[in-house]
Amino acid sequence: MDSIRPHSGDDKQWQFSARRIGDDLLEISCAGRWCLDQDLPVAGLILAGQGDSLYRLSFNTAQLSAWDSAFLVFLRELFVICKERGISVDQTGLPKGVCHLLAMAAEVSGPIRRRRSRWGLCRRMGMEIIKYLHGAPKMLCFLGEITVSFGRLLTGRARFRLRDLWWEIEEVGPRAVIIVSVISFLVGLILAYLGADQLRQVGAQIFIADLVAIGMVREIGALMTGIIIAGRTGASFAAQLGAMQVNEEIDAFRTMGISPIDFLVLPRMLALMLMVPLLTLYAGFIGMLAGMLVSVTIFDVGMFEYYTETVRALELKHFMVGLLKGSVYGAMVAYAGCLRGMQCGRSAESVGEAATSAVVTGILLITITASIMTIIFYQLGI
Amino acid sequence: MNAVPHMEIRDLTMAFGEFVVQRDLNFVINKGDIFVIMGGSGCGKTTVMRAMIGLQAPAKGAVLYDGEDFWSLGMERQEQLKRRLGVMFQGGALWSSMTLAENIALPLKEYTALSPQRIAGIVSFKLALVGLSGFENYYPSELSGGMKKRAGLARAMTLDPDILVIDEPSSGLDPLTVRHLDDLILELRDSLNTTIVVITHELASILDIGTNSVFLDVETRTMINTGNPREAVVSGDPKVRHFLTRGVV
Repeated sequence: MDSIRPHSGDDKQWQFSARRIGDDLLEISCAGRWCLDQDLPVAGLILAGQGDSLYRLSFNTAQLSAWDSAFLVFLRELFVICKERGISVDQTGLPKGVCHLLAMAAEVSGPIRRRRSRWGLCRRMGMEIIKYLHGAPKMLCFLGEITVSFGRLLTGRARFRLRDLWWEIEEVGPRAVIIVSVISFLVGLILAYLGADQLRQVGAQIFIADLVAIGMVREIGALMTGIIIAGRTGASFAAQLGAMQVNEEIDAFRTMGISPIDFLVLPRMLALMLMVPLLTLYAGFIGMLAGMLVSVTIFDVGMFEYYTETVRALELKHFMVGLLKGSVYGAMVAYAGCLRGMQCGRSAESVGEAATSAVVTGILLITITASIMTIIFYQLGI
Repeated sequence: MNAVPHMEIRDLTMAFGEFVVQRDLNFVINKGDIFVIMGGSGCGKTTVMRAMIGLQAPAKGAVLYDGEDFWSLGMERQEQLKRRLGVMFQGGALWSSMTLAENIALPLKEYTALSPQRIAGIVSFKLALVGLSGFENYYPSELSGGMKKRAGLARAMTLDPDILVIDEPSSGLDPLTVRHLDDLILELRDSLNTTIVVITHELASILDIGTNSVFLDVETRTMINTGNPREAVVSGDPKVRHFLTRGVV
């Protein structure tokens, strides 16, 4: 008799022995506890060294005191090996419950087992890039749908509830004021310090006002507001629409012939395109206040002097550029948020992915358009 | 029973990329039918339904509404045909930012010129039909799963559609509510001559209300039986009998 006894004499541990009966039969005896808290033997080792003359396997479980899924898994693995080696298994010696559960597990097998990819890092990165590129036509298609929807809006045929638009405006505008204030104030402060450090060397601290005013109103106010909104509102749009996708609410719109682009995307686009320019102006104002505070208290610039220099430096074109950028960034964030939300899959996990992707896409689009617009305005001398 | 074809599925194959969900489906849904699409979990019932209601294009084949191939039509005509459909989704799919009354009123506001008072009356009646009187001003998040489902059915019925498609009406509901829904489905068919397509694996409902059916097999990935489900119990494919008798036969 072959015997494996890891902790012999202890009833709480598993015990195993294998006995050869004649040339072709192997009887396996299992005793003690065969449970998940035990370090059970590997099924593959049981038949190792039994030779090619083995054709039948039977069990003796008279001394088995307890079993759970661990025992079932062990047997299942053993049966698979027996099947591969052409050994027939006699299950009569097993507890009835074990036989029933094994039979049920054998019945429920999926028709197709999906294999996990075992690709290397480079290949996975390549596949991700290809996947992203394949998404480009869908992005353009979505852009086209939004354009058509704006066309319907201009001709008075777009269908959405004004109440939803007001709700979105409130959500993306007034409720973002605090975070925009804090960030803009700190950015204005940093800008003033940065400028002062250089300008003080030539005794030109007064030009801190020019730097902060033009910088905040024209560029940084819009950029910071865009990024704040991408993190705050873009992600929120993607999550809202993603959850609606999961709950089949968007399907319900489609089956009723109501355009989800008109009903859901248009109010969000409009809200951001209207509110982000206003928030940009506000961010510029707060940034200038921070610049003034630093200049007056730290660098001995008079408050009136600072004010006069700011007014002298700012021109209408700076405001117009800032407003235009704010509006474009708002559109980009809304586009990214709605796109990712509408592309969301049907699981909770995909809602999270949509929100993350909306922020990444939003910031990427803002950065690209900011660069393009800066070059264009420079070339046009604006 | 009127045996005029209303909807026809011809050589339909549904797939996600290379993965075929169901292939070579052929069946006809007649006017006034309560047509049951049945099959085990994961056999692709809902995917087939999505092709029938215009949400997912098939890999191959056609969905015909009164002889018109839906997927070869222009968008405008597709939208017109969709309006003849009412769909109740598995979880209700109520618009979460709207109250029940607003959910039901929206299609009426979009497609009819009814006064707000008339719309309110219809909303109230539809909610009463599904046993949700008095819940007009509740939001979906304030309702139980079964109530959401019933409200979804009320919304699907709003425009008295020619074809009412109901996805898993009874899952998660108590037996009395299931019975009430079954009675309602029968009543809609009888009084409004609505053609009803039910996607379900609820045996009691299949046998009680189904007048015609198709069985989608999870293993062969195609249909293996059509016809009256009560007849299928005694003379259908062995797999269908096995399914309809909970494995007894």
